[in-house]
Amino acid sequence: MSPAPVIEAHAVSKRYRLPRQKLFGSRTEIRALDTVDLTVAGGVSYGIVGESGSGKSTLARLIVGLERADAGSVEVLGRRLAGDPRALDGAAQMVFQDPYGSLDPRARVAAIVGEPLWRLPDREERRRRAAAAMAAVGLGAAELDKYPHEFSGGQRQRIAIARALVTDPQILVADEPVSALDVSIRAQVLNLLRDLGMARRLTSVVISHDLAVILYLCGRVAVMHRGRIVEEGPAALLDRPVHPYTIALRDAVPRLEPGRRRHRTERAAAAPEELLNGKAGCAYRARCPRAVPRCAVERPPLTEHAPDHRAACHNPG
Amino acid sequence: MALLDIAGLSVTLPSAAGPAAALRGIDLSVAAGECLGIVGESGSGKTMTALAVMGLLPEGAHAAGRAVFDGADLLTLDDAALCRLRGRRIAMVFQEPMTALNPLQRIGDQVAEPLRQHRGLGRRAAREEALALLERVGIPEPRARLGSYPHQLSGGQRQRAMIAAALACGPNLLIADEPTTALDVTVQSQILDLLVELVEERGMALILISHDLAVIAETCDRAVVLYGGLAVESGPVATLLCRPAHPYTRALLAALPQPAAGARLSPTAGSVPQIGGFPAGCPFADRCPIAEERCWRERPPRSEIDAQHEAACHRLDAARTLPARPGPAR
Repeated sequence: MSPAPVIEAHAVSKRYRLPRQKLFGSRTEIRALDTVDLTVAGGVSYGIVGESGSGKSTLARLIVGLERADAGSVEVLGRRLAGDPRALDGAAQMVFQDPYGSLDPRARVAAIVGEPLWRLPDREERRRRAAAAMAAVGLGAAELDKYPHEFSGGQRQRIAIARALVTDPQILVADEPVSALDVSIRAQVLNLLRDLGMARRLTSVVISHDLAVILYLCGRVAVMHRGRIVEEGPAALLDRPVHPYTIALRDAVPRLEPGRRRHRTERAAAAPEELLNGKAGCAYRARCPRAVPRCAVERPPLTEHAPDHRAACHNPG
Repeated sequence: MALLDIAGLSVTLPSAAGPAAALRGIDLSVAAGECLGIVGESGSGKTMTALAVMGLLPEGAHAAGRAVFDGADLLTLDDAALCRLRGRRIAMVFQEPMTALNPLQRIGDQVAEPLRQHRGLGRRAAREEALALLERVGIPEPRARLGSYPHQLSGGQRQRAMIAAALACGPNLLIADEPTTALDVTVQSQILDLLVELVEERGMALILISHDLAVIAETCDRAVVLYGGLAVESGPVATLLCRPAHPYTRALLAALPQPAAGARLSPTAGSVPQIGGFPAGCPFADRCPIAEERCWRERPPRSEIDAQHEAACHRLDAARTLPARPGPAR
């Protein structure tokens, strides 16, 4: 099928412990990732979609080595990661959501963009490569001596992308790369990411809550819910999902349809939102319109629903 | 007959470089039972419009023009008169419920406060009414939640609680400023449905402010598009989507990635003008592909395209040739 995997995660789990609610109370654990398998082939743009608390950002951080898994293994470019981003030597880079928070306000752009090249002793070489990365995102070398506050949000996100590209990475992980940007600026950055991915044959992982962004940038997608992948396949599956959670997500996305909400006869009932993962069974069952008794006792595994399209559901739609 | 009629509203904010224009004369109106959308990007003036109506402009701000609510000009009312209106006849829901709710006060007391303040209800009666309100906005186990603090609720529940407090006195006008921006899409959908239900059931007027054109399109009857402190276009949402007239509205539509559309987006170069940096003429002139010399110099007048559909542009005829991806016709 496709080229050899560049990112392979096997049965990865990650737990975070919440602070105590009471002085001598016990600490609750949240399973941010629960035995997740993920394979990303070289050159593919892979989308991870989900709502807050689904574990999508944790998975992204594991891939670039910013977090260490509690269980399971993560192999990136044939190297096994153990929570040390330096192990990848700049081969996998990350772009964060907020271009206001991710750039050091007291550093000049040259230092920000050149920072991943810290191993290079030659200052001039660092600057030369920073200028090349800036050119790749459509910013001139003259901007290298400015400070982040002199730029608009869209330009700052370009700078963040230039910083990620400066090491000439094979993998680019972008966590909500356009969510913080104004609508008319988003399209500029989306087109830039799409062009860069093709021109540099990057393997990219795009994290987003926005299905339209994933459909625009990605060829494959994994839908996450409560630390697990519930549906996986070609990005087009977002148009005809089979997992009830993905269906609910697709239906909830606002559309450019006048009056869609005003003249709707049936409305989704507000089901209680639980914060913590259940012990047994499917984590979505409380909100699921298609739940069957089996969902409460047995956790549905991710199985092939159609060729190249997997879903974790006992009663898919 | 409009419930709220805003005409020529302008607001200047104090800044180090002297007064900075935040709103430069906008007109809008909303009738009972109607949902009006205000859509715009950061710095366009959407929140400033809401704050001017609520009489909550920041210290040193100056408002001019008219904002007539049920016969009274809100801009000329004194503080005491405004206080009697706010929370009783005009209520507001903010973007971030965690900062808008008092973290040290129980949910029940916060919902009951306007009832005690404006309707003079006693402690027990107000509590019972608060319970009914929490139930109405769909908070699970409302009786238990009366005694909860905001941090004990999820984001969606906090937003529901804030809507309950806003509804307490049965306002005629509810202003919701990005009420769902901080929420997940599935929760956003529930909150928007709740707002629409309340409009339909109470005949209340709703002003929904959002940066998301799709949220406005599916929720509102009419919308006003703000850019650089000006209302650049207004009309029924179906008209704005299918026959956008202003180059900015067209650019906004062309920049939206749409599910089930693989075509390359056509972004508009440049960046969004910010308060204090608005040009003398049309705020979109520096990004507009068809701008001519007078666009920079003269502010474009509003012209009527057809009934209820207006746009402020010098080059409306030429604008028709610009790309826009119209929404699906119904």
